[in-house]
Amino acid sequence: MISLAGRDIAHSWGKFVLTGMGLGLLIGVTLTMAGVYRGMVDDAHALLNNSGADLWVVQKDTQGPYAESSSIKDDVVRSVRGMPGVAQAANVTYFTMQVQGADGDDTRAMVVGIESGQSGEPGYLVAGRQITRGHYEAVADVKTGFALGERIRIRRHDYTVVGLTQRMVSSGGDPMVFIALKDAQEAQFLKDNDAIQNDRTRTAANPAFNRPGVPGLLDAVQSLQTSSHSVNAVLVQLAPGFGAEQVAEPIRRWKHLQVFTRAGMEEILVAKLIATSAKQIGMFLVILAIVSAAIVAFIIYTMTLGKIREIAVLKLIGTHNITIASMILQQALGLGLIGFIVGKVAATIWAPVFPKFVLLLTQDAFTGLLVTLVICALASTLAIRTALKVDPAAAIG
Amino acid sequence: MKQRPLVLRRIVMAALAVALVAALAFVALRTGPLAPIRVTVTSVQEGKLSPALFGIGTVEARRSWMVGPTVAGRVLNVRIDVGDTVKAGQLLAEMDPVDLDQRLAALDAALARASSTQAAAQAQVADATARRELAALNAKRNQDLAAQNFISPGALESRLQEKASADAALQAAHANLSGTAQDITRQKAERAALQQQRGNVRLLAPADGVVTSRDAEAGSTVVAGQPVLRLIDPASLWVRLRVDQGRSARLAPGLKARIVLRSQPQAPLQGHVARVELLADAVTEERIAQIAFAPAPTGAPAVAASVGELAEVELQLPETASALLLPNASIQRLQGQTGVWRLSDGKPAFSPVRLGTSSLDGRVQVLEGLKAGDSVVVYSQKALTEGARVQVVDALVKGAADGKAGSSKTGSTP
Repeated sequence: MISLAGRDIAHSWGKFVLTGMGLGLLIGVTLTMAGVYRGMVDDAHALLNNSGADLWVVQKDTQGPYAESSSIKDDVVRSVRGMPGVAQAANVTYFTMQVQGADGDDTRAMVVGIESGQSGEPGYLVAGRQITRGHYEAVADVKTGFALGERIRIRRHDYTVVGLTQRMVSSGGDPMVFIALKDAQEAQFLKDNDAIQNDRTRTAANPAFNRPGVPGLLDAVQSLQTSSHSVNAVLVQLAPGFGAEQVAEPIRRWKHLQVFTRAGMEEILVAKLIATSAKQIGMFLVILAIVSAAIVAFIIYTMTLGKIREIAVLKLIGTHNITIASMILQQALGLGLIGFIVGKVAATIWAPVFPKFVLLLTQDAFTGLLVTLVICALASTLAIRTALKVDPAAAIG
Repeated sequence: MKQRPLVLRRIVMAALAVALVAALAFVALRTGPLAPIRVTVTSVQEGKLSPALFGIGTVEARRSWMVGPTVAGRVLNVRIDVGDTVKAGQLLAEMDPVDLDQRLAALDAALARASSTQAAAQAQVADATARRELAALNAKRNQDLAAQNFISPGALESRLQEKASADAALQAAHANLSGTAQDITRQKAERAALQQQRGNVRLLAPADGVVTSRDAEAGSTVVAGQPVLRLIDPASLWVRLRVDQGRSARLAPGLKARIVLRSQPQAPLQGHVARVELLADAVTEERIAQIAFAPAPTGAPAVAASVGELAEVELQLPETASALLLPNASIQRLQGQTGVWRLSDGKPAFSPVRLGTSSLDGRVQVLEGLKAGDSVVVYSQKALTEGARVQVVDALVKGAADGKAGSSKTGSTP
């Protein structure tokens, strides 16, 4: 028994392969779009994983530190450390800002203030070392484009990049730059020199603070204005044997702070922070999938129409309908398979070029394969119907 | 003849199919869950560390003075300006003495009057002495006459009474005289006190120094204790260093220091820890130490630092004993445990370790948990898990094969 489909493909293989590749690029775009969506969600998860925290303690009635701004005093961490079930607690600040590289170019980055050796520190590096000095050292994500030893500028201080890390991004996909907490507190709240001068003059002009009978009052008030002892959140690691909610509840109740568990934070990040943009991408993905399906169906249908005379001949010589149907089905599935492989390879090749993270999940790929084959099979039924309705007389007519 | 192209076509198609499947397999193995995690490894080696402490501080003057009046008043003149060098005892500024000179003149007059009073008292004493002598002679003569019964006892008693009165009058004159002397002493003391106050409105330099600020001008009114001028001793500059409490265990006086001033990042200065303060900052969680600059070599200018300037200080601690060393990038924290990923049979396994001191270039002592020659993961593309597939490579980032960023010095420029 000879394979009719194979013979037909061999007959016009160039056309078949080119069609398959074109289809493949379309599928590649669809897979990439799915990857972009997954990447957005994964960015949010990466942010949570990298912080290494089980609980996030933030300002009361806020959804900080990622979705809203939150500000708590940096000595809150001590009272949190004393709560039952807290193994470790560390201050952390997050601040998205422009960071200037050595060449003077600005890079948008999330500056993270960490306490060295505590949670919040980058979990793994790809080059260099962790921060050892208490000031003016930075660990940057590879995506920032900074190199080891490069001097970068955050506000008025220069920092030396001593380590590089990977996949440390904010929920918006901005790469992170880790610096020491004290530097970050200063960077976050430090104003420019003009503003500081203006503030000083304004305070000095206020008779309540500049009293001739009380020398030193003005200095004290001014130094109070420029110092900052605030952080955005406290990252808590649980002691073994304690549940997240069990530890969170007493902090909420007695310390008057908002506490998020891992699940709550995911809810905020995935369901609230990136919800709209994720829906946007999802909508686009659905339309792209529908368009791809339609194009696949049209290609298979026109391919069959192009062979209508040959099919009439086959019918004329008494070929079974089932043989003709299986030929068309096999061709459709083959086209789908080639298209899928080309698409998957293409998506993998161009995914790393994207500025934001594109995550190609194996599970998505399998779903894609299944959907492609089902669409091909459905599309082939249309073509089979037409083929079976052909009048054998058309072969000679 | 028709068979040949068909066979050729089949071969080409088979090759295409194989290429496609190979590409898929490559893609599947390079990305996704099947792909190995690329890592770099190092072997644990013995070595010595030269640990160091790092902190930032501000340049301050060890000796500084605020020169101002001890009573409220108006500034009469300021004779010196910011940046001037002054000697001990030099007149810097004067306060308005207001009525002090007039009060001095009044006291002088009072003193002269007291001297006159004293002269009068002396004359009174002389008068009283003369009266007493006359009274004594009269009494003596009348006693002789009474003994021969020439006069009545009543007449004698009258004379005796006259003598006793003259005695008392002399005593009173003497007392009056010493009273005037005391009055003069009092007046003199009052004048001296006023003279002191008059001197006090002259603000003098308490020591050799340089004027750093001129806080009041002639004509302005200042309260007691408010400075008119501030002086520092430029030879007494030092750095008030703040070191993170967590790393300050071995902070001690005498440690050698390397000071990088913000104004001169390329020219580090030498110094040593002069004092470690007992009081630490509880809010910022920092210990405070004073770092003295090493004396400038003879002939060289003194330290050209400005007070309040930011300085970065690195304190060299003594070299540690030989121990196993690891780069700090390999230290991981997993479920509250500190450890490293050790490669055994090509698979990573988490080994908890106990760490000792660390150096600023990012190496850390391993006290327990590893032995020399163990292969330990330093860098990884993503977080490792127990038994994950790994592929050992030389470097994960181009141009960072040595991974020695620690040798570069940090610093900041304005």
